[in-house]
Amino acid sequence: MSVDQDTVRRIAHLARIAVSDAEVPHLQDELNSILGWVEQLNAIDVSGVEPLTSVVEMTMKKRTDLVTDGGYPEAIVKNAPLSEDNYFVVPKVVE
Amino acid sequence: MNMAERKVDAKKLLKGATGDWEVIVGLEVHAQVTSKAKLFSGASASYGGAPNDHVSLVDAAMPGMLPVINEECVAQAIRTGLGLKAQINLRSVFDRKNYFYPDLPQGYQISQFKQPIVGEGVVVLDMLDGERVEVGIERLHLEQDAGKSIHDQHPAYSYVDLNRSGVALMEIVSKPDMRSAEEARTYMTKLRTILRYLGTCDGNMEEGSMRADVNVSVRRPGGPLGTRTETKNVNSIRFLGQAIDYEARRQIDLIEDGGTVVQETRLFDPGKGETRPMRSKEEAHDYRYFPDPDLLPLEFTQSFVDELAAALPELPDDKRARFITDFGLPAYDASVLVLEKASADFFEQVAAGRDAKQAANWVINELFGRLNKEGHGIEDSPMSAAQLGAIIDLVADGTISGKIAKDVFEIVYTEGGEPREIVEARGMRQVTDMSAIEKAVDEIIAANPDKVAQAQAKPTLLGWFVGQVMKATGGKANPQAVNDLLKAKLGIG
Repeated sequence: MSVDQDTVRRIAHLARIAVSDAEVPHLQDELNSILGWVEQLNAIDVSGVEPLTSVVEMTMKKRTDLVTDGGYPEAIVKNAPLSEDNYFVVPKVVE
Repeated sequence: MNMAERKVDAKKLLKGATGDWEVIVGLEVHAQVTSKAKLFSGASASYGGAPNDHVSLVDAAMPGMLPVINEECVAQAIRTGLGLKAQINLRSVFDRKNYFYPDLPQGYQISQFKQPIVGEGVVVLDMLDGERVEVGIERLHLEQDAGKSIHDQHPAYSYVDLNRSGVALMEIVSKPDMRSAEEARTYMTKLRTILRYLGTCDGNMEEGSMRADVNVSVRRPGGPLGTRTETKNVNSIRFLGQAIDYEARRQIDLIEDGGTVVQETRLFDPGKGETRPMRSKEEAHDYRYFPDPDLLPLEFTQSFVDELAAALPELPDDKRARFITDFGLPAYDASVLVLEKASADFFEQVAAGRDAKQAANWVINELFGRLNKEGHGIEDSPMSAAQLGAIIDLVADGTISGKIAKDVFEIVYTEGGEPREIVEARGMRQVTDMSAIEKAVDEIIAANPDKVAQAQAKPTLLGWFVGQVMKATGGKANPQAVNDLLKAKLGIG
């Protein structure tokens, strides 16, 4: 598997990372080199093997249905560049 | 049921300029899970609240925060799956669905993609004309709700409130088994009834607790499937019908004019009653799902499922069947009564130890009729089941006539009080004292010699005399007794 320059630009856009045209060829080489390395895994026969979702043998911890958190809106918006009345304020987004 | 098995029903086809069309509908319903806390945090899941007050650092996606699943939300999803007669998966996996939007602070929604908690099931629809339609359920999965963006506070800015961010949703995906707007509305209503019986979603559509994404396509009857469109976030059952009717007609007109339907996401505009394309974001559908590394697979035992199953309430289909067989109610009455669990419970209290058909008539025609007129539900009823039952008893034991019973109903509904006391205090008791009735009959006969002569020639005029006597006694005379007396005295029979 290898990526072309359009794919590099698209991935960058989906991740909201600004990539200049000058950086694209370099990133393309890097990505293809990583993908090529990972590609080696395809040599292994994994038929009949369950996908591994975790390396620890344990069951997921669950919480009981109780309200134990929240109630600090000032702290929630404290780091926001812009806020008002405890709302986050962001550049207008309308569909 | 799958599409191939469903026969084309000519009644449901839509007429086009070039022939008939069949509309194919599938729904993805987002139902908010009833729980105290959110799906992965301990913040409150209750509706409303001051801006960002029901938000934990997990919901705001602060760095280093880890999600911990709320076991009640899992139980609610399982209960719902059981109510939909669906397969429950003892092992399911949470995935990240990646996209950017200001009200999604994580930059992804935790959802379930390849391995949902609930698999295939079925919802049975009883249509008004008696037809039974089975709508297949494809899957149900758990996911997080997003926050809310408010656009009308400022010309240049949007305001974001994360109170809903992280609230548990069940996405319930139907198979494309519906063939009309009517079927889709009935499905949505039935699904809402089931969820409310189970107590897993409050079904409050105004507050957005249930909303539907509507997939619509058209085809020649029984032919190959057409391209579908998806209309997002339809939040009322009425709008659901309108959106489907509009979209089906739009697609038919488009195809008949030589165009092609484009697979796209659309929005329903309730003001205009039409759908329009959402501003196109070609990449928006590239969600790059992958298993969430913060969460282990969701696993539970069959015995956990069995315990939940054993504690489920009687479901609407079972209740409806019981009302028909045990109470002898007509199917329509049974359907109306089971629509809301509170209504069914109210009816059962009224019917206990009484004539069930009488009880159903009073509950549906008088009480529901009256409540509907004022836009109220059964929970707002000013009249208790015991009060309504007492009115029915007064008719059954001959204390009041059916006509006076409606007056008593009105008094109890508007003023309250114990029906039997009201009847006594206001002298509404049916007159069964024959001498009193006889006196009234004699007076009417004496006052109307010409009518007497006419009635003797034409016995149908007896009704006029009955009316006069009833009027003279304030409607309290026993109509049968009046009838018998009049016949005897006028010498007609």
